[in-house]
Amino acid sequence: MTTAPALNGTATRTSTMAQALNGALRDAMRADPTVHVMGEDVGTLGGVFRITDGLTAEFGPERCLDTPLAEAGILGTAVGMAMYGLRPVVEMQFDAFAYPALEQLFSHVAKMRNRTGGKLPLPITVRVPYGGGIGGVEHHSDASEAYYAHTPGLHVVTPATVADAYGLLRASIASDDPVVFLEPKRLYWGKTEWDPTAPVEPIGKAVLRRTGHSAVLITYGPSLPVCLEAAEAARAEGWDLAVLDLRSLVPFDEATACEVVRSIGRAVVVHEASGFGGAGAEIAARLTEKCFHHLSAPVLRVTGFDIPYPPPMLEHHHLPGVDRILDAVARLQWED
Amino acid sequence: MTVLDHRHTAAVPGWLPGATAPRTDPAPLLPDTAPVRVLGTPAAEKADPALLRELYRRLVVGRRYNQQATTLTKQGRLAVYPASTGQEACQVAAALALGDQDWLFPSYRDTLAVVSRGVDPLEALTLLRGNAHTGYDPRASRTAPLSTPLATQAPHAVGLAHAARLAGDPVVALTMLGDGGTSEGDFHEALNFAAVLHAPVVFLVQNNGYAISVPLTQQSAAPTLAHKAVGYGMPGRLVDGNDAAAVHAVLGEAVERARQGGGPTLVEALTYRVEAHTNADDATRYRQDEEVAAWREHDPILLMERALRELGLLDEQLVQDAADEAEALAARMRAEFHADPELDPMSLFAHVYAEPTQQLREQAAQLAAELAAEAEVHH
Ligand SMILES: Cc1ncc(C[n+]2csc(CCOP(=O)(O)OP(=O)(O)O)c2C)c(N)n1
Repeated sequence: MTTAPALNGTATRTSTMAQALNGALRDAMRADPTVHVMGEDVGTLGGVFRITDGLTAEFGPERCLDTPLAEAGILGTAVGMAMYGLRPVVEMQFDAFAYPALEQLFSHVAKMRNRTGGKLPLPITVRVPYGGGIGGVEHHSDASEAYYAHTPGLHVVTPATVADAYGLLRASIASDDPVVFLEPKRLYWGKTEWDPTAPVEPIGKAVLRRTGHSAVLITYGPSLPVCLEAAEAARAEGWDLAVLDLRSLVPFDEATACEVVRSIGRAVVVHEASGFGGAGAEIAARLTEKCFHHLSAPVLRVTGFDIPYPPPMLEHHHLPGVDRILDAVARLQWED
Repeated sequence: MTVLDHRHTAAVPGWLPGATAPRTDPAPLLPDTAPVRVLGTPAAEKADPALLRELYRRLVVGRRYNQQATTLTKQGRLAVYPASTGQEACQVAAALALGDQDWLFPSYRDTLAVVSRGVDPLEALTLLRGNAHTGYDPRASRTAPLSTPLATQAPHAVGLAHAARLAGDPVVALTMLGDGGTSEGDFHEALNFAAVLHAPVVFLVQNNGYAISVPLTQQSAAPTLAHKAVGYGMPGRLVDGNDAAAVHAVLGEAVERARQGGGPTLVEALTYRVEAHTNADDATRYRQDEEVAAWREHDPILLMERALRELGLLDEQLVQDAADEAEALAARMRAEFHADPELDPMSLFAHVYAEPTQQLREQAAQLAAELAAEAEVHH
């Protein structure tokens, strides 16, 4: 896995995830002239979430391109650009608006290296703001990670902290394989202190955000803060919960996940996407296969319901919250 | 002749049957260079006075609807409102050009067209208020749900029109989209299918100059968007989209042509989005105030008022009635949206399938238990 050095000279700073992502794009473009940003409204406007703010001003419209409104066209064009030596970073405006590009993503982006015997790798990063909790009307809140994770050939990365947003985006852009980079919209505006000069970690390493010995909550992206909150609340119930942030679904850091699960013996996988056929199903199955004799209870899942994403006034009933997580923890066969 | 008989295409003389292009003469399909106008031209004198007054009334009420919905959004009463302020001529004329049996396939900005079609103005806002997805019955109003994924509703319009034609029903489908939407693959595929199937469908592109921040010059290099019709083998028409009488006339013609078996038409209406893209957008980042001001001078209500006055059709009664109706509607919107609606969380599980799966039944039971426990705590 390639790593890229952080160029930002300054030490610790406080910023939002949106600003960290913007910084990562800027630094990557400064470091490598083959990095090109393209998408709908990414130029003058700086993207509807302002993640590309100021890039056209600094690098010109050739490096940060407002494209016509056509997702299949954007990604298909990026494929050709990558074939000619560029490193495109594509922005899909919202999760559900990436769907017109799925043909290009599934049939070409994911497969080109394989189809060409390794001759045509595609170093493309597809940034997708995803997930709910922002009060969006239909088609603005999909948690679409399972579609991507189910497609061999794609890396699927999703940061949950400001520092990871910077580091993982740098690593994704530096990757010679295509990366679907899922940005949890509802975490865009949360501010934290972080160190932009810290070394960029490679893609594929899970991190334990909180230690604990009762059970581990395994999660990623938008659900990390919910899990940390649940772990805090669990103390009142006498549970000491660990929280594992996967950071990428592909590669799945099986070694770290298994180590944690084997040492604790109880696990709940948490994500907001629908449960059936979701990433949690894969993770739970895999952990059960690998850690069966260390488990004191089946690996449980807490997920969104198996329904189309609801209207904003009802979304809080759909999204996994602290209570639902604690209910699952309570079902981990403590009496045995 | 079956409905899929292709003899309607006029072969160009001098070419052998089955030979390659050109198979039809493109000249009759080309749009006029200047957009069609009615108001302020001699054509206005020939227009039906009742129609002009009706358009005026609907424009005034429509503008107020846009304003009130925008205000409600600022007050947090709607989740989002993509206003069609400045584009009311297209919105009301599109709805008026259709008959009761026809179908409208609107985009996310076309709430006012849906209302003009006869859907209850409050029900039409359900999606944007955020309590349910589609608040009206598409079958009852022959109005498809507002489509947010751009241009994706265009092939649906073609399919419905095709099916109606196969059934021998004199039904026309009209779909509305923006200039940005014309870049999507679905738009092109819909035009091609419509022309090949000779489907009774009308495509109305409201070219308001921008797709969020992206100006038309970065969206398309076509001479006009109406020219896109020619490549697919249907006529393209260009119209002043702020001239409600002109939009109504051009759409009316296209609808009648489609109904009579003449096939599809693409209409480009030149208009302007006076407000920001939505309440979440800051339009000052990508366009100049002078540009907005210039378009305000070409406002659809101003154009209509001026024309009616010239024709001696703008009496005080009409002005007063329109204003009263507009205020009554705005008051109704304020009253209805004053408080959050009563919502049933269990509605999450309704209509996912005709019959819920076993898993969905279990999940519904889980939510019901959670809600019961919550209610317990509150008592
Ligand atoms: C497939 C798809 N991609 C992106 C979006 C996000 N989006 C919503 S509106 C919009 C601009 C649409 O511009 P245009 O078609 O000109 O219509 P207008 O907003 O001007 O009415 C964009 C990019 C979307 N809704 N659907």
